[in-house]
This record gives sequence, C-alpha cells and structure tokens, in this order.
Amino acid sequence: MHGLINRSMERFLHETYGLAAWRQIVDRSGLPFDSFEPLLMYDSALTDAVIAAAVVVLERPGDALMEDMGTYLVSHRSGERLRRLLRFGGVGFRDFLHSLEELPARASLALPDLKLPRIRLVDLGGGEFTLSMAAPFPGAGYVLMGLLRAMADDYGSLVFLEMTGQRTAGDVIHIQLLDEDFAEGRRFDLAGLA
Amino acid sequence: MRILPKDGVSIWQVWLESAGKWGAQMTNGGPRNRRTVLHADALDLMMPMHVHLSDAGHITGYGPTILKVAGGMSLIGQNFFQVFEMRRPADVLTMSDLVANLGQRLNLSMRDRPGAEFRGLAMPDAGAGVLLNMSFGIDLVAAVRTHALTDADFAPTDLTVEMLYLVEAKHAVLDEFKRLNSRLEGARSEAEEQALTDTLTGLRNRRALDIVLAAACAGSQEFALMHVDLDHFKAVNDSFGHAAGDGVLREVARVLRTETRLGDTVARVGGDEFVILLPKMIEKFRLVQVAERIIARLGQPILFEGVTCHIGASIGMTISTGYTRRDADRMFADADQAMYAAKRAGRAQAQVFGQ
Repeated sequence: MHGLINRSMERFLHETYGLAAWRQIVDRSGLPFDSFEPLLMYDSALTDAVIAAAVVVLERPGDALMEDMGTYLVSHRSGERLRRLLRFGGVGFRDFLHSLEELPARASLALPDLKLPRIRLVDLGGGEFTLSMAAPFPGAGYVLMGLLRAMADDYGSLVFLEMTGQRTAGDVIHIQLLDEDFAEGRRFDLAGLA
Repeated sequence: MRILPKDGVSIWQVWLESAGKWGAQMTNGGPRNRRTVLHADALDLMMPMHVHLSDAGHITGYGPTILKVAGGMSLIGQNFFQVFEMRRPADVLTMSDLVANLGQRLNLSMRDRPGAEFRGLAMPDAGAGVLLNMSFGIDLVAAVRTHALTDADFAPTDLTVEMLYLVEAKHAVLDEFKRLNSRLEGARSEAEEQALTDTLTGLRNRRALDIVLAAACAGSQEFALMHVDLDHFKAVNDSFGHAAGDGVLREVARVLRTETRLGDTVARVGGDEFVILLPKMIEKFRLVQVAERIIARLGQPILFEGVTCHIGASIGMTISTGYTRRDADRMFADADQAMYAAKRAGRAQAQVFGQ
C-alpha cells in the first residue's frame, strides 16, 4: 500500500481522535513505528491492521469511521491540496463525477507508484448514477463515499448517497444528484496555490 | 512583392501558390477547395483565444478569453500590430509580413498587458482575412492567475487545465519530499549525536568515554584512567598527508585494542589523543607495564602504503584509589597533567599522577 494512503489514515485518526488514541492504535495494530512516511511503500497488511485496531480502540463501526475519513481528507484544512487537485476534475459536481474514472490516471501522473483502484461511473439518467470500485482495503468504498459527500458540499450540490453493494467485485455507491447548484459552494481558482 | 490578394482572390490561393513544400503537396494532390464555414459562436467555443483580422490588419473578431486578457476592452477595428507585438519572427510588422509567415509558429504578446504572452498560428480564412489562434506560453500559471481565468475560458479539448493540475500536483509532491528530507536530516543528526563510536578508528568516542567514566566514578569498583598522546603525529600529517595520518591513527587503535583487556574502554577523544579506562587496575606497576608496552609498540615504525611513519606516545595515568571523592573532570585533568609531565620528561615516557 502506498504510504500516502497510510499517512492520510494516520493523519485522520491522529488529528480527529488525538495523539493518545493514535498511540493506542499503533500499539494494538503492532506497527513497528509510530508514523507512516507518505512517500514509502508499506505492506498492505499494516493498513488492514490499523483499521482493525482503530475500530476496537475508538469503538466505532468501521464503515462510519472510513466515511468520516473520506470527508476529513477534503474538508479539513490540511486537505486543501487534495481538495484542489480533485476540483481540477470538473467545473460542476456532474463533471467531477465523470472525472473520477480518470482518478487513477491522474494520481499516477503525480505519483507513478500510487495505484488507485479503477472506478466506473454509470449514468442511469435523471441525475442518478452508480459508482463502483474494487476496494483495495475493507471499507475503501466508504472512504470514497465520505469524499463524495465533502466534494458535493464543496461544489454546492445536493446529493443523496447510498452504499448499495459491497461485493467481491467491488463497492457500489448509488448517487442521486438532486440539485447541482443547490448552494454557493467553495471558491476554486485555477491558479490558486503558489 | 505584393502578397496581399487582389479583389476576388482569397489569401488561400495566394498562400497555396507561394507556400513551400506543404502548399506544393496540396496542389499536387489536387487543390483542396473544401471550405468550412463556422459561425462565430462555434469559433468562440472551439478557439476561445482566436483573433480574426481583415486583409488590412484590423481586428474584426476575437474569442472571449482574448477579451478577458485585454481587460474587457473592445479590440474591434483596432490595428492588430498596435495591440499585439510579434516576438518571433521579429520582423513581422505589417499584414504582408504576417501573411508571409502563415502556417508558422509565432510568439507574440499583447502590448501593455503583463503576463499576456502567447504562441500562435495564423492561417487564411475563407475570404481575404486571417485567422490567428493562440494559446498561453510556458508561463501559463502566471497568466491564469493574472487574468483570473477559469475552466470556461479554455476549450474542453484544451489540456491547459490538466497542465495546471500537474503543476500543482508536482508542488504537492515536492513539498512532501522536502518534508521527508528534513525528517531524514533530523534523524541523521540525532543518530550522529547519539553515536558512541569514532568512525575513523572504530574505537569509542569522547561521548562514550564520558558515559563510561561517569558510571565508573559513581560505581564502587576501582579503576585507572590512562591518557595516551601521540608524539610527532603532526609531522606525519604534514609530510605524508591526511590519508597517511588516518592510516596511522587506525594502526594506533589496533595496537591499543590488542594491548588492553576486553573489559577496558579505549576511546579516541581528540585528533591524536586517546583515553583508556581500565576497571580493577589499581596496582601501579601493572599499569605502568601496560603503558610501557604501548609506548614500545607505538615506537615501532608504521608502514602505510609504502611510506614509513615514525611516531611515539606519551602516557599519563591516574588511579581511582588516590581519591576520596571521585570526580570525572578532576581525574581526567589529572591524567592529562601526568601526560604533560611525561612529555616534558622527554617523550615516550609513562607517568602516574601524584607519584
């Protein structure tokens, strides 16, 4: 697993639940270190162990925890970079949804060894979509769902999201785009960060 | 030479006749008289950075992004060469100069508009005018910022926004690398700080000695402290260079290790200064024996890569039994003082403090 994913998970757990909780998770998961390096690669078993330990230590269901993490990644101030990179995907939320199919290619343009799972979007018409993804770790579909929720807010769109299937083939999210221009949304300048 | 067309002849015909290889190929394959008429709206969408010129060089139309870069000021009817400056080719000052460069890459900028640098391509339109399409040059991030451009200012087929994405992703990755580097640098200097080994000789270093000496002073066991200072070492360095000096220091280290016991601490504490802590060594005669063996061994010539180096050693010692209250600094200073007494006594000597 790419360190960037592990590090994001660490940042979410550490900043949301505090250092003491993160230390407990480290102990419980048997990590041989207390912090992930975002540019190194790690055994995927470590990622699974951290998630399993977090569920026990924080006494939170894994799915809810993963969804919170997805939201945190783009809505927390430290996630401004990721939010911006995702916003390059499209002018509106609908465009953004379509750009998710390009996400793995976009990610590897930036970091060639960052392998994100293939994402498929099916436009069912009438503002309904299904998004499916082969989950690289348990609950990854919920991370995507949390991220979609935060990005919908960012675009000012009103959406209804539901996890309709977690199969071996992948996680499937049903999306109902109720109003693309529901609210103002957050500002996005193309050449924002220096 | 007049290149601008006469009435009723399009620039295309003039261009095809006068252009080089490309034009010739086209005419050989049969004149391509296929014409496409585009509505201005289509042009605006497909080429939001185009400028349309009349045969006299007046601006007759332009795309919405050009309007934005111009600061919202209408350019209609203005002389193209007064609004834009051609940078490459440099001598394009009139319409006939421009027509002579149709189909070529152009570099141009908008006068009085900083951050408005373009590359361009001009081709004849279906009539007597010229269509010039442009895009931002390499400094496009600055251009996008200066003119507050958005996705809507670029054609959906244009990869400008992807380029901006890449620039930003590159910055993010570089920042992450910078952070990784500073963490590694921090870890490296911390490791260096905590290191107990002298990297040149493999002996303990000053820091390690301080720890062992402090523990010995605090403990109940008696011990001796021996300060070994090399004689004539500077001469070796000066005559044979630092590599030879380093070789000699490594050889000295080897001698000190073989002449001491396993439980003794041998440390290099300065350039050519060594300190040995010998637990349970309290009989003066045995201590002097060890020192004299070391002095004898170090008095032998040392061969380093074909050169023979002569050094020697002076040794000062002190024994913990001579103190009612052991103090590391005091014992260190006393061994030091004994060593200087040995040097004064004519070098290659061993002296015990207080004797």
